[in-house]
Amino acid sequence: MATGTTGTGAPAGVTPARRSGGAGGAIGAGRGRRDRPNRYPDNRWAAILLAVPFAGLVIFYLWPLVRTVLLSLSEGTAFTGYSVTGFDNWQRVLDGGEVWGALVNTLVYAAIVLLGVPIAMVLAALLHQRELRGRSFYRTLYFVPVVTMPVAVAMVWRYIYNGDFGLLNEVLDAVGGPTRAWVADPDTALYAVAVVGIWMALGTNLIILAAGLEAVPESLEEAATLDGAGPVRRFFSVTVPLLTPSIFLVSVLSVIGSLQMFDLLFIMLGRTNPALADSKTIVYLFYEEAFVRNDRPLGAVIALITLVVTLAVTAVQFRLQRRWVTYA
Amino acid sequence: MPEQRSRRRHVVTHVVLMAGALLMVSPFLWQFLTSLKTLGESTRVPPTVLPEAVRWENYSAFFDVVPVGSMAVNSVLALVLRVVGQLLVASLAAYVFARLRFRFRGPLLACFLVVLMVPPQLFVIPQYEVIRTMGWLNSVQALALPGMFSAFGVFVLYQFMRTLPAELDEAARIDGANPWQIYLRVILPLCRPALAALTILTSLFSWNDLLWPLIVNTIPDRMTLPVGLATLQGAQGTDYPVLMAGSLLTILPMVLVFVLLQKQFIRGIAMSGLKA
Repeated sequence: MATGTTGTGAPAGVTPARRSGGAGGAIGAGRGRRDRPNRYPDNRWAAILLAVPFAGLVIFYLWPLVRTVLLSLSEGTAFTGYSVTGFDNWQRVLDGGEVWGALVNTLVYAAIVLLGVPIAMVLAALLHQRELRGRSFYRTLYFVPVVTMPVAVAMVWRYIYNGDFGLLNEVLDAVGGPTRAWVADPDTALYAVAVVGIWMALGTNLIILAAGLEAVPESLEEAATLDGAGPVRRFFSVTVPLLTPSIFLVSVLSVIGSLQMFDLLFIMLGRTNPALADSKTIVYLFYEEAFVRNDRPLGAVIALITLVVTLAVTAVQFRLQRRWVTYA
Repeated sequence: MPEQRSRRRHVVTHVVLMAGALLMVSPFLWQFLTSLKTLGESTRVPPTVLPEAVRWENYSAFFDVVPVGSMAVNSVLALVLRVVGQLLVASLAAYVFARLRFRFRGPLLACFLVVLMVPPQLFVIPQYEVIRTMGWLNSVQALALPGMFSAFGVFVLYQFMRTLPAELDEAARIDGANPWQIYLRVILPLCRPALAALTILTSLFSWNDLLWPLIVNTIPDRMTLPVGLATLQGAQGTDYPVLMAGSLLTILPMVLVFVLLQKQFIRGIAMSGLKA
């Protein structure tokens, strides 16, 4: 997930730090055109200092964007080279069932992992209580899965989920629950992976929500207590409404991250797993087309589809935020 | 009376938090316990909780099945190169955008920010082609290069540098410093917390990444640890104890660093609000 990590609320960062308007502009206007060069006193230094970062950006990010679009419209192989022919690849992908299945799987996965947000909210509220001992101890334990390698934890979970001798089945058997081969069964594999997704993301969600809680003024909680509100009532009537901006941020990040899911599925299901065909996510499909079947043009199409889906889902979330997010 | 009530409530809170914490760490406990069992014991039904005989040999066995030594070296070298490169590249770009006035500042900054919003898969195929064209497949620089130029670092540091007062640069300029000197002696030292956060996050990405290293370095000697682990799983039946021992060893460095630098870790996550 690291090469070009899909980031944060990037749009917020676009505001320039300083504009040569305001007071400076007024003085400049009085003195006429001769002062114009001063609007950009650092042109040369900017060019020198930006040369290397910008070259890297062009080679490893901007050119690849263009190249991916061109590839998606091309035919050929790595040996023969590629030539632009039109929308055939797009038609092949969109007419086939595989990409739609993967899209549905990815959205289902994202939706399930989103259920981790309310869990993190409750935990964050519990941890926020003053005079609670061992806060940092708990925080550490909840955060450990965030720093552990997905490949490694996926192996552990695969072993736990094993249908023949897995720990989960033993525990479920003891309490009379259903047992099965969780990650080898097409009916449950995706959900089993999503549970691990929730487990891994809980720490991150918790940290961001906890930071949001720090900003909620204590006087409001106290006022609600004086009015006779119990802890549950305070949580729903005071904490949650004031926390909606953080909840929104966490939800957006959770979905963007889920749309990138690859490692967990790659390890937990493995290539020979009978459930794999019905559980592929969009990034898994991308990897398979582009680097296992070596059909780069088709891989490029799938990559572009992820972009469209990510933008669409994020846009929907931003649109919906007006209904439930309150900025104090 | 209210004190008693709040104490009782804390008991409930502790029970809930403890149960949750147990769920969070139990996979690691199970991993550790399994890593000490024999293969036969690890697949027994019903499972034993504690290993019958402690087999530390599983840890050394991990070193015999795959070239763990070279994989660890690759992982470390890639991490160092990527972190150093990213810090340098990102701090330079962030400084230029946050503190200098020049033509095309807006459009150029937009180029960096646009990249942030694009899912990484869009870059992967052409990045692979670039690395192959340079003849760098199966090398350390292949692992580190694209990540060094990630716009994510630029964004994090830019956000931070914007908050520093403009008087700093002005005072330095009056003293005759040029932008390079201001960057090096004034701005960079003030960015230590942001640089620390970026170092930690980039290390985490680099150490744990799977997709990119899986694609560019395919010779066992040149793989990173996560890729090595992934191949180990498929390679020979599945020796669960060895697999658990190996995966435990590979997650240990980051967990240790986290325990030592917890505050910086958490600040980094909160600052960038990102998903690791």
